[in-house]
Order: sequence, then C-alpha cells, then structure tokens
Amino acid sequence: MAESKIQKEPSQDLTAGENRPQVLIKDLWKVFGRDPKRVLKGDLSTKSKEEIQKKTGCIVGMRNINLTIGQGQFYILMGLSGSGKSTLIRNIIRLVNPTAGTIIINGQNVTKMSGEQLLQFRRKTFGMVFQHYGLLPHLTVLDNAAYGLKVRDVPRGERYARAMRTLETVGLKGWEDYYPGSLSGGMQQRVGLARALANDPEILLMDEPFSGLDPLIRRQMQDELVELQEKLQKTIIFVTHDLHEALKLGDRIAIMRNGEVVQEGTPEEIVTHPADDYVQEFVQDASPAKVLTAGSIMEPAKVLLYAWEGPKTALTLLRANKRNAAFVLDKNHKLLGVAKAESLARLLEQEQVPERIPQSSIRVVPTVKEDTILEDMFSIISDNPYPVPVVTGDGRMAGIVTTDQIFESLSPAEGDAHV
Amino acid sequence: MFEFPEIIDIPLAKGIDAGMDWLLTHLDGFFDAVGFIILQVVNGFEAVFLFLPWFILIPLTGLAGWKLVGKWKSGVTFMVMLLLIGSFGYWDLAMRTLALVIASVFFSLLIGIPLGIRMARSDRTQAILQPALDAMQTMPSFVYLIPALMFFGMGKVPAMFATIIYAVPPVIRLTNVGIRTVEREAVEASQAFGATPRQVLWDVQLPLAKPSIMVGVNQTTMMALAMVVMGSMIGAKGLGMEVLIAISRIEVGQGFEAGLSIVILAIIIDRITHSFSEKK
Repeated sequence: MAESKIQKEPSQDLTAGENRPQVLIKDLWKVFGRDPKRVLKGDLSTKSKEEIQKKTGCIVGMRNINLTIGQGQFYILMGLSGSGKSTLIRNIIRLVNPTAGTIIINGQNVTKMSGEQLLQFRRKTFGMVFQHYGLLPHLTVLDNAAYGLKVRDVPRGERYARAMRTLETVGLKGWEDYYPGSLSGGMQQRVGLARALANDPEILLMDEPFSGLDPLIRRQMQDELVELQEKLQKTIIFVTHDLHEALKLGDRIAIMRNGEVVQEGTPEEIVTHPADDYVQEFVQDASPAKVLTAGSIMEPAKVLLYAWEGPKTALTLLRANKRNAAFVLDKNHKLLGVAKAESLARLLEQEQVPERIPQSSIRVVPTVKEDTILEDMFSIISDNPYPVPVVTGDGRMAGIVTTDQIFESLSPAEGDAHV
Repeated sequence: MFEFPEIIDIPLAKGIDAGMDWLLTHLDGFFDAVGFIILQVVNGFEAVFLFLPWFILIPLTGLAGWKLVGKWKSGVTFMVMLLLIGSFGYWDLAMRTLALVIASVFFSLLIGIPLGIRMARSDRTQAILQPALDAMQTMPSFVYLIPALMFFGMGKVPAMFATIIYAVPPVIRLTNVGIRTVEREAVEASQAFGATPRQVLWDVQLPLAKPSIMVGVNQTTMMALAMVVMGSMIGAKGLGMEVLIAISRIEVGQGFEAGLSIVILAIIIDRITHSFSEKK
C-alpha cells in the first residue's frame, strides 16, 4: 500500500494529499421509472427534475455525480431526505444499480461486474451499517456479528472468535447471547457496527447510522467512531442529514440536493465558503468554532527562548522585544513552558547565576494540538494569561494562538474579508 | 323486454369441455401417476392415525395443547373434546378426516410455499398469480369436484385434489406478503455482505416471514378441513359422509353429532397451528 500512495491523479484535488483515490465515481446517474435510459438521451438530460418527471414520468434520483474518495478518508454524504444520498451509497455497493456512469473501486469497475463477481467483491471489500440497524431478530448478538463471516463460509470456530473480538471493540462484551430485540437502540447499532467490522472490510458504508438514536447516545457513538477510526484508518462513507455530525466526523463532505452534488470540500471550506444559498442556509447555524482548528489560525511565535541560553541572554532578548514572558524550547524544539522576565531577573540577583534557564523558573502551560477545534480552546484561554502554544504530535512547538486571533476568526465579517 | 341477444354466445363451456377431453385422452398416464402419489401419502397418514389408539392420541393432543398453546387448560379442553368425538362413535371417521386434511395440507404447503417465494421475487409472477388466486378462492368449491372426479374417479384422491386447489391460495398469498414485508434493511444487510439470493432467502426472508407464513398455514388448514367435508360427496370416507347421510335421512341428531365433531377438529387444529404463528 505504502508505495502506491505516490500515484495521485494530478487533476484530483485531495486535501489530505497522501490519500490514494480508492472510490472513483464518474458521471453517475440513477433514474427511477419505466425505460429510464431515455432520460439520458438528447437534451432531456439537461432539463430540471420536475420537467423530466412531467415529460416522462421518470424520477431522477441522482444526476451526474462525480466524486473521488481517498483511501482512509472519512467521507460524508450530506443532504436532506430525497437528496439522493442514500441512493448514492447503495449504488456504490450496487444494492441499487445505476442507470449510467461508472464506479471504480480499487481500480475495478464495479458497474461492469457480473453477479458472482459482485458477490465476491462485496464480501471482501465492504461492511455496511444501516439506519434501522438491519439486524436479524432471530439470531443472537454473536450470530448477528458473525453473519458477514457466515456468508463467506468462514468456519464456525473462527467466525465466533472474530465476532467476539469485534463485539469487544464496540463495547458489547458480555452481551453476545442476548437477542437484538432486548437491546437499546444504541447497543443494537453497536451490533450493526461489530457485524460490519468483523469482516475487516476496506470500506465501511454507513447509512445514517446514528439518526435513530437519542442525542446523548448519538454524540457518544460519534466520539467512539472517531476514536475507532483513528485506530482502524478505514475508508468510511457516511450518510447523514445532520450538519453537526458531518462537521464533527468528516474529512471531506459532499453536500447533495435534488440528486446533485452542490458542494464538495473539507468541513472548513464548506463552512467558511458555502458554494450557494442552499449550502449557506445549511451552514448558517454552524459555528466556525466547531470547524476551525488551532493549526489553521495559529501564527509563529515572534520571541522564543531556548533552554540552553543563559538567563541573562534570555532577559536581554525579552527586554529588547518589550515582553515580560516567552516560551522556552529545548534543543529538539520541544516546548518546555513559559519563562517570565521577573523570575529571570531574580536568577541574576543570585550569587551564582546558572548557565541555563533552570527548570524551576519555567512554568508549564496548557497546550493544544494543530487539529484542536477552537471551541475546545475556550476553557484554556479563559484562565490563562499567555497565548496558547500549538504543539505537534511529538511535542514540538508549531505556533501560537492568541485570544485576539480566536475572536477575529470567529467574527463573520472577518470570514468575508478572506474571500 | 330487454333480453340479452342470443347472437352473442361465447362458447366458454364448450371450450373447457373440449380441453378436459383433450387432457383426459393425452395426459391420462400423468393423472394416474399423480393420483397414485396422492393416494400413497394419504393412506400413509391414515394408517398412522388409525394405528394410534385413542388412549395414546388423546393424551398426546392434550400435551400438545398444553405445551404449544401455552395453557394447561387448553390441553384439558382438547382432551375432553376428543373424548366427546369418541363417545359419538365417530373416532375412526374423525381419524380418516384428519388424515385427509393433513395430507391435503402437506401437498398444499409443498406447492404453496415455493410458489409464494416465487411470487415474492417477481412482480410479474405476482401480477399473473394474483387474479388466479382470487378466482380459485371465490369459485364455488363444488365446481372443483367435477374435474377432480373426471381426472381421478371416485374416492379420496379427487377429494384431495379439489381440497388442495381450494386450500392452497392463503399459504401462497401469505408467504408472498410475508417475504415482501420483511424489513428492507435486513435484506439489504444480508446482500451487502455478499449473500447469494439463496442465503438471503434462508437466513433472512424465510425466518422473518415465518409468522406470516404460519398464518397462511393456519388458514390453509382450516380451508382444507372445510373442503374435505365437501369431498365426502365424491366418495371420500369421513365425518362429512355422516353429515350427508344424515341430510338424506333427515336425522337432525346424527347430523348435529357429526357436525360437532368437525367443529371440534377445526378448533383443535386451529389453536395448534395458530400457536406456531405467534411464536418467533
């Protein structure tokens, strides 16, 4: 896999640049009704959905969809009911057959597959989770979780062992002998998720998996899914009508309306630059604080101290820049904390001035990661007099975020000025 | 005044008669073979029920009532009712009727469930079968007796043939409806994991449609019982024949006893088959 990451189609704009395109959807149409192909011929295909319905009685479910989904991406299909998002996800696995267009997954043309090929392809590539769980009420939780493996004729012992492992992953250990009917909605959906994961699929398809759950359970499941995805790194195609869910979970979002994709991009792009009034309306109550990350608004710290510098040098530097404190880094550029001018000055008054800034004069401060959203930084800035340092995964200093910057980026006028 | 013009005369009856003649001359061997198979099955059931003595069958029914229907009172009631049949002197005839019913139901399910599955899978089959089933159920049941008689002569076999035609529609219909109303996502889930149509049928559709199919089995059984009684008119021995004799002799009491025995069989069979549709 690693070496193939390099091949990237130049025309494809993948924000997460290292992702190899795994699902390619080209000119995909789905028309419901009698003799649907005639809708695609001539200039009828350029007419509106209503006009086509009036003239032919056919209903356009999806119109000319083009999408590229990268490997390991958490990809959201969002739209209201009737927008074609559920039809699209069912087309990808061909539970619904497209009227025209191609779907290429892992370089294979799914739209051309024959019955037997398609069955084999589904078995090794996909796991799917449904809105109403789609569990089999006459089977136990364990048998439900093992169902995908049973379809593939995996021997009973191995089947159960693997199903038990995934049940444990989703937090259902001890429930394997119960029947789905005796479980709450959230737990039933965990069974659905375990069943999808037991096959160890490359691509996880999720059709509004959390829509039927109570808000609190929904949020909890979302958090767990994010956590799980960090471990598994699957390609996830996730259908939802909930913008907050989309923004929280997605690496990329495609917004659909009337069977068409009206905008495609990262959550940040969609919230800050909605493509049209429809998307604008969708995102108007979405707070940028939930989307903008520390990494996207941080700036480099102007004054930095290094631990190996003597207190005198440090103090001189601070005074020259008219600061009364600065962040201190070690030789690996790792953040140690904040040193204040007054404590440095106190060091100089001592009989024996230390050669380096001692640990005791450095105050440890809270830090954030580059992908921390602004909302999660409010509590930090409220009881911290310093700018918030942004650090990378291994603790190195990446930049700083000041309170002013946060407020600036959250004010709508500022967002427009960027356009 | 406004008589229907005689010129408009569509000779449907003549056509059907000609068709029957053709069938009888060309497919005689086929009907003989079918008749033979039907006869073997019904004789088998009859042998079993006549072999089992009443003092074993009555407690067995009681046990079935208790375990399947779920109340010990049902079991006791069943036993009392069967004792009543015995006390009327109709035990053997009741067993013959029961054998006819069970054999007819056996064939009805053998034909009906696969047809119902077929119908659920194809809208076209449904469009063709639906009116045929409607016709089969609304046609006066006597009408089936005539061709049955011509194909198979007198006796149990034509009675069963007519019974099967009359009783098979409910199980076909309810198998079809049951499978069609299985939760869509459960079927999709199975398909999404790469299940073959056969796996989808056995893993998902049949188990989830089972309550509906069992309602069909129950209705088919009840209709078979009603028709088997009619079958006495073409020589099938059983309780129905006693009713016929009672009518011809105008013996109210005997007719009532035989009729009550049929009702008792009906109640017991209904309660027991009904219990299958309630359980998951």
